[in-house]
Amino acid sequence: MTPAAATDRRHYLNASYTAASWLFTVDHKRIGILYLLSVTFFFLLGGAAAVAFRLELLTPAGDLVTAETYNNLFTVHGVVMVFFFLIPAIPAVLGNFLVPLMIGAKDLAFPKLNLTSWWLFMIGGAITLGAVITGGVDTGWTFYTPYSSTYANTSVSTAIIGVFLTGFASILTGLNFIVTIHTMRAPGMTWFRLPLFIWAHYAASLIMVLGTPVVATVLVLVVLERSLGLGIFNPNLGGDPLLFQHLFWFYSHPAVYIMILPAMGVVTEIIAAFSGRRIFGYKFIAFSSLAIAGLGFLVWGHHMFVSGQSMYAGIIFSFLSFLVAIPSAVKVFNWTATLYKGQVRMLTPMVYAMGFMGLFTIGGLTGLFLAAMALDVHFHDTYFVVAHFHYIMVGGAVMAYLGGIHYWWPKITGKLYHEWWGRISAVVIFLGFNLTFFPQFLLGYLGMPRRYYAYPEEFQVLNVMSSAGASILGIGYLIPLVYLVWSLKYGPDAGPNPWGAKGLEWETYSPPPTLNFDTTPVVECEAYDYAAGEMAPELPGTQGHGSSTSEEAGSSEP
Amino acid sequence: MSHEAHVAHHFDDAEQQYDACSLGMWIFLTTEILFFGALFTAYAMYRSEYPQAFAHASSHLSVWWGGFNTAVLLGSSLTMVLAHHAARTGHQENLVRNLWLTVLQGGGFLAVKAIEYSDKFAHHLYPGAGFEYHGADPGQAEIFFSLYFAMTGFHALHMVIGIAIVATLAVLAARGKFTPRSHLPVEMTGLYWHFVDIVWVFLYPLLYLIR
Ligand SMILES: [Cu+2]
Repeated sequence: MTPAAATDRRHYLNASYTAASWLFTVDHKRIGILYLLSVTFFFLLGGAAAVAFRLELLTPAGDLVTAETYNNLFTVHGVVMVFFFLIPAIPAVLGNFLVPLMIGAKDLAFPKLNLTSWWLFMIGGAITLGAVITGGVDTGWTFYTPYSSTYANTSVSTAIIGVFLTGFASILTGLNFIVTIHTMRAPGMTWFRLPLFIWAHYAASLIMVLGTPVVATVLVLVVLERSLGLGIFNPNLGGDPLLFQHLFWFYSHPAVYIMILPAMGVVTEIIAAFSGRRIFGYKFIAFSSLAIAGLGFLVWGHHMFVSGQSMYAGIIFSFLSFLVAIPSAVKVFNWTATLYKGQVRMLTPMVYAMGFMGLFTIGGLTGLFLAAMALDVHFHDTYFVVAHFHYIMVGGAVMAYLGGIHYWWPKITGKLYHEWWGRISAVVIFLGFNLTFFPQFLLGYLGMPRRYYAYPEEFQVLNVMSSAGASILGIGYLIPLVYLVWSLKYGPDAGPNPWGAKGLEWETYSPPPTLNFDTTPVVECEAYDYAAGEMAPELPGTQGHGSSTSEEAGSSEP
Repeated sequence: MSHEAHVAHHFDDAEQQYDACSLGMWIFLTTEILFFGALFTAYAMYRSEYPQAFAHASSHLSVWWGGFNTAVLLGSSLTMVLAHHAARTGHQENLVRNLWLTVLQGGGFLAVKAIEYSDKFAHHLYPGAGFEYHGADPGQAEIFFSLYFAMTGFHALHMVIGIAIVATLAVLAARGKFTPRSHLPVEMTGLYWHFVDIVWVFLYPLLYLIR
């Protein structure tokens, strides 16, 4: 392919430039871009709230904001980050873009539902933002009854309606993925030739489809309790607030796997590509995704060890929670074995993937502390819990999300970003993250409870460290925003396959045409079919038009 | 490539489209089961916790209206099946007639539901500040009526949506939009309609019959 052909060629980005062609597009790639812009906005919003309360926590006294404002801040941070960033981030952005490409389809099975999903997400987001502006929400992202249903005087109902709508966006995405993976695979693309990214999204989609309706119902009941006076969770009538907690965590524990399973899928792709090896233990990784999704539905009670649920229930939930560590560890060991004797190229996506492996492992192991009933009595509702789930959700899911954005950026935009800045930002984020959250393990161990705006003086040093780390982390997140946008205009053309990676998405143009492939691809080999010794250039930015990439392009030339 | 007109651009052929749509519909119905599942779980928990109060509160519901509505809904499922059969065999008149009969029975169900609701309101048997109950454990009875209104209310909402879709289909069918080769919307709507019907088949005994 000559450079001139690259600029003249019709692809999904230059197919049309009107606003309507974007807002009402049914192209899965464009919807992925819409989601990318939207979740970036929500990420910055949730991050801003975190900056504000980390500033408050610099000093032991509650001096910067009032207690009420502080409650609003951590609620906004939690609601926005969980429902409007983490849950849609990888599936709705990268999954949307890549699932059809990776299986050799023209689009998802239901393109209009896909567009509906984005609109529901945006309407839900706008309504939730409305709640933030009109009085805020102070229940925490968990909306626990009876505070949320009876006593809170803030815009709880509005916020819940927003979350409810975005839940439907998530259901539609999951439904679309499952049907697409079942029915739209290209000829020769058998289940065990699917990239593990697809298996991970399939497992996460099962959770979206099976879990989300339950939390939707329970949140609607809270709204009906506030607006129409229903009394299902009202203790004054004999109602049981614990029922809310059971139904809420039935979704909200598996929801963590909606975030982390696709993240694991991303990391699997990156590790295979930058080790230049077939992934070790393909079937183990594939089935461990399903195992995590299945087990994930049976462990919710570990959030309720001190709530008054039956001790025997607690023992079972504790045991099942330990079990989740097994399929999680299977993945980590298989990744490590893939790296072993691989020709590892430490490019930006790989730096993120390595960061993911370390941080996810710490997050997972500290989860075992919390799954132990006796230890949880000490750690419950302390900063230990906060640190644990941030290691999973931020150290895990966000690192993988950024790694994936970098890995597929050349495919999505057709441009290469600045490699040196990429690696720098990945390292800054890794360091900033650890400085922010590692001290919180210690704070929790020492007994500092979460969700308070003032604290005893002996906790100040660790809190200052955490806030300082947060500022580094914040800068780390802003750097990619700059050089990725910069690459759109000034980055060199990427070519179809700058990394020398395997997979159908690398066999079509960058950016892909609207219907993805010139002719429906026929799959004749296994996934990750890396032959020994066959390597792409070390620094793609300088050699992006090398001979190996144009040969790859040749296969998809008309 | 020869592409039949009713096959969307991203599908290879009608068979792939059919497989995708029916799998999608079944998954959607699975999400619906879980949606109602949360309510059934709440009901089961309180029923076992407060059996006497629930039995007594349940006696305020009219078994006859509920039974009548069950028969109406089962009848509507029959006409829905006949509509699908007519679509498959190309009997357009039958198709249109059966779709309208389904709409009619769905509307009848909602009308009876409205009568029942207004009766509950007249007797102050609705949760909230206006609740009045002359019996033991009024709080627990209020939970029963909270569940009654939540469960039948969600079901009625599904009925309203179903009636709107079936009516739309009837209008389209009258314009000859469906052929024996292309009537996927009729079949998919049928699945939805039967699902809503089945939910009621569970609601009726749980709320009205078990004493
Ligand atoms: Cu959990």
